[in-house]
Amino acid sequence: MIPELGHFTLVLALLVALVQGSLPMLGAARGRADWMAVARPAAFLQCAATVLAFAALTWAYVVSDFTVLNVVQNSHSAKPMLYKVTGVWGNHEGSLLLWVLILTIFGAAVAGFGRNLPPSLKARVLGVQAWVAIGFFTFMLFTSNPFERIWPAPLDGNDLNPLLQDPGLAFHPPLLYLGYVGFSIAFSFAIAALLEGRVDPAWARWVRPWTLAAWTFLTGGIALGSWWAYYELGWGGWWFWDPVENVSFMPWLLGTALLHSAIVVEKRDALKVWTILLAILTFSLSLLGTFVVRSGLLTSVHAFAVDPTRGLYILLLLVIAAGGSLALFAWRAPSLKAGGLFAPVSREGGLVLNNLLLATATATVLLGTFYPLFVEAFTGGRLSVGPPYFNATFLPIMLPLVAVMAVGPMMAWKRADLAGVLGRLKFVALAAVLAAAATWYIQEGGPVLAALAMGLAVWLFLGTLWELGERVRLFRVPAGDSWRRARGLPRAAWGMSLAHAGLAVAMAGMIGSSAWKQEEVRVVRPGDEVALGGYSFRFDGAQRIQGPNYLSDTAPLTLLRDGRELGTLYPERRFYPVQEMHTTQAAIRTNGLYDLYAVIGDPQPGGAWTLRLYLEPLVPWIWFGAAFMALGGLVSLSDRRLRVGAPRKAAKAAAQPAPAE
Amino acid sequence: MTRKRRRMMVVGLGLLCLGAAAALALTAFEDNLLFFYSPSDLHSEAPPPGRMLRIGGIVEEGSLERDGEGSVAFRVTDFASTVPVTYRGILPDLFREGQGVVAQGRLTDAGLFQAEEVLARHDENYMPSEVADALERAGVWRPESGEGPPRGSGG
Repeated sequence: MIPELGHFTLVLALLVALVQGSLPMLGAARGRADWMAVARPAAFLQCAATVLAFAALTWAYVVSDFTVLNVVQNSHSAKPMLYKVTGVWGNHEGSLLLWVLILTIFGAAVAGFGRNLPPSLKARVLGVQAWVAIGFFTFMLFTSNPFERIWPAPLDGNDLNPLLQDPGLAFHPPLLYLGYVGFSIAFSFAIAALLEGRVDPAWARWVRPWTLAAWTFLTGGIALGSWWAYYELGWGGWWFWDPVENVSFMPWLLGTALLHSAIVVEKRDALKVWTILLAILTFSLSLLGTFVVRSGLLTSVHAFAVDPTRGLYILLLLVIAAGGSLALFAWRAPSLKAGGLFAPVSREGGLVLNNLLLATATATVLLGTFYPLFVEAFTGGRLSVGPPYFNATFLPIMLPLVAVMAVGPMMAWKRADLAGVLGRLKFVALAAVLAAAATWYIQEGGPVLAALAMGLAVWLFLGTLWELGERVRLFRVPAGDSWRRARGLPRAAWGMSLAHAGLAVAMAGMIGSSAWKQEEVRVVRPGDEVALGGYSFRFDGAQRIQGPNYLSDTAPLTLLRDGRELGTLYPERRFYPVQEMHTTQAAIRTNGLYDLYAVIGDPQPGGAWTLRLYLEPLVPWIWFGAAFMALGGLVSLSDRRLRVGAPRKAAKAAAQPAPAE
Repeated sequence: MTRKRRRMMVVGLGLLCLGAAAALALTAFEDNLLFFYSPSDLHSEAPPPGRMLRIGGIVEEGSLERDGEGSVAFRVTDFASTVPVTYRGILPDLFREGQGVVAQGRLTDAGLFQAEEVLARHDENYMPSEVADALERAGVWRPESGEGPPRGSGG
């Protein structure tokens, strides 16, 4: 009964979305306030109905209702409760439901907090949101209904892919989706602005927090996914330039650009058309990310749907969403009035450069990711684009960006004195050169790029601190005054500093783990010791252990340094009988500076095991850095200027009537 | 600075960026495209030895040998041709005899494939799509033959 209720509420949500997508839009076009007012209650109702549908599916998973096909295919009665719940979105149908759930919640949030939005803008934003939701609702109801029944009901389910039974991955999709869907708000605002024919700083003040929130979630989601790949796949790598990683990374890159260009619209009333275009492209890439991965076009653990009707529907949705909005852009964008002027060397100029580099980097990733698909479609040949391509194209674009990042925040709006700024940064530059030289010396002929990049990371980190120090006039005025100044700085400034410094820290981690990783593969028998990086690992024989829904071969490794026991690592190899699948559980011991990483492979004849050990320098810094970046986003979000509903200036601007142009 | 000049500068800078990116991408493409070969392809149009490439097919039943020192040898087949493969390292969790595999590495003059990476691209259906394709071309892939996905394709 409950699954039927879920199905019913899903249909209800679609119908409400149809009303929300049409009546308020018409109302905004004809200036009828009563029609526009429908949007708000409709957004709430649509959200409530979707929450009920999601709750119904969750209930079916929690009680293991094996009359529901989706539960049969992705759950098992012996699965731990955490994975029963997270299994709801660990599959194609359920993940779509989660997507649309977040979409409707965000829609309701706009409706709830948007009291001081101009009514026609609000009606149009909610209308566009409804159309996005309609696309997803119809896709689910017509091709991937999560509530489909199966008769006769089997005794037990097929279980969730064991690779997905992991706490890190359990929360990776929701975070990622919060990011993707967050960009839908920026998209809806962009389309609404095109329809209104008007973009002003108040508009940017609304778009910025949503973009910031989406960016923060996406940062967290990508970092979590990368962390999962690091400890779960057992290859000791954290980024593989795999297509599924790339499609989540592209919206992040463009979203970062959008975040920065929205600042220019807000502060200087310039770059409006470009910002609108970025908002459209970022969300289109988010859709592409969701859909291409789900459609099975690119092979991966995430690829669930292989049904050709789904693929076609997905393609159609993408064409309508991206193509339609770009056509609207081409038609309406020329009518937007251009704003403030600025010299090439200025804060705006720096942000334009940031945008150009980020957009170019996105383009190269896009090309590398989809090139194999094009080749296959046109010639039938099979090929793949490996990580060396991405390293060779992406890094030369990103390194200049990092170089500019330290300078940009110190430049003045409108017209800046580049020589003066560089002069203020001379000590930072000196430190960066010293760091690069020291790295070069320590690594004894290692890659040149590593030394160069390390110098840039130090440049960015210290440059960011220096900018903060100048702002609070550290060491120039008494410490108490500096403290007062620091407290008086807007939260957005703190957020920027945290995020920029976080990127520098993460960068150092990426360089360290790519350039100086040590690796050892050996076949070991009980009692054998393997040495790596000054440590010694003693293999004491493998044990078989029974887990809740798996069998585990655990190989305790005693960690020794100079003959002293430091502790034990427990790398595991698990076997999941329901899916007949093996998974690797790496054992990781970290000291904050480097990780010791141990994996066992297959049993060898005579009680021996393959053992693979890594010493991963600076890897933990990647996650620290990512955490700092996400924290920076959160701090910036708490800025009173951006606090939803609070902005005084926005209220003033919104109070003006919105003339149609 | 007039609006027009500013716009021209931005456009110029954008073109410069795109041009640089295109140049980078083209040079990177030249060296880093990995072409996929089935065992039959290797026999009919052998690539130059030493070039990095990918092969894929089914791990032949009973062909897996371990030397006890961490190296493995196995044969990859599409049931028309067979390639011997050596690999040093830990085989991925999904590696099994009689199931699909993709390996990345180089071909020696003697026709031995030295794998640097063995991929079981964490796919839940055990059958990399390139392999399914190659088998279909060799005329031996029967989706109903039980070797295929252990679960329905959903929907």
